[in-house]
Amino acid sequence: MTVSLFHIGPAMTAAFLASLVEAVEALTIVLAVATVRGWRPAGLGALAGLVLLAIIVAALGPLLDRVPLHLLQLAIGILLLLFGMRWLRKAILRSAGVIPLHDEAMAFAIETAELREQALRHQARLDWLAALASFKAVLLEGLEVVFIVIAVSAGRGLLVPASAGALAACLLVAGIGFVVHRPLARVPENTLKFVVGVMLSAFGVFWTGEGLGVAWPGADLAIVAFAALFLAVGGAAVALARRPRAEVLP
Amino acid sequence: MNMLGAVFRELIGLFVDDGALALEIVAVIVLAAISATLIPDVPLAAGAILLFGCLGVLLANVGCSRASELPFGGRLWRRRWWAGIL
Repeated sequence: MTVSLFHIGPAMTAAFLASLVEAVEALTIVLAVATVRGWRPAGLGALAGLVLLAIIVAALGPLLDRVPLHLLQLAIGILLLLFGMRWLRKAILRSAGVIPLHDEAMAFAIETAELREQALRHQARLDWLAALASFKAVLLEGLEVVFIVIAVSAGRGLLVPASAGALAACLLVAGIGFVVHRPLARVPENTLKFVVGVMLSAFGVFWTGEGLGVAWPGADLAIVAFAALFLAVGGAAVALARRPRAEVLP
Repeated sequence: MNMLGAVFRELIGLFVDDGALALEIVAVIVLAAISATLIPDVPLAAGAILLFGCLGVLLANVGCSRASELPFGGRLWRRRWWAGIL
């Protein structure tokens, strides 16, 4: 199969941007654990999460090759639609001011407060609980990254570029987090979620259609057209749902 | 066990946040699948149902979420929303 830059670009970009969001969320919790209990439980928990992720990928990866292509396309397409449209809906509602923006600084404060409260109740096994929090964050956010990488690349020979995009995002966030020792609150998370939601929804429609036997006009180019449509509808939804000025002012 | 339950709940939460949205998406996919089965000669019909169904579901869900926080269930606002779309 010939894989051109046209194929690699969208898959790599979607994997990079989505992983950036997930990595920032995981970093916030790992940093909170490190702040309360030090780097040892935070690092051990994160490492254990990464090891389990690697085992899951190594175990499930080869199984994907045995699934018939149209079934794989249909299953991944449906999951992508559920995942992508969930992100897009939330990003629209946040952009319109219907629900509050996700705040990494506040998430950090809440996680830190919870760990301190646990410290008062379970002093003896606090390191274990702290490591568990770090482990859970890395595992769950990592699973999202793995899902996105598989979803945008499976069956098209794009696993390597999509993985490279995801890995670059994770390393970038980990590197910055290690240097600044603060949650990355300035990352425009909602804009990223909006863009990724648009891309994943477009991929989701394309793959689900292919799984149902639809021969899309323009083949892969249809993904770009779908993304433009989702972007336009998402933008219109933000404009329509935005609070009127009278509702915002006291 | 609690930990496993929490992980499972969070895994489901990756795909289902607003239950209504998830159900509506699944309904659109089922409609598209029925169309692809009943009229296989026109596969683009299934594609159109899928694409425009998903876009419609997104608009309707955002509109409902916005309206639900207004007084009287946002009836007046709903009218303005649909008028804006149409």
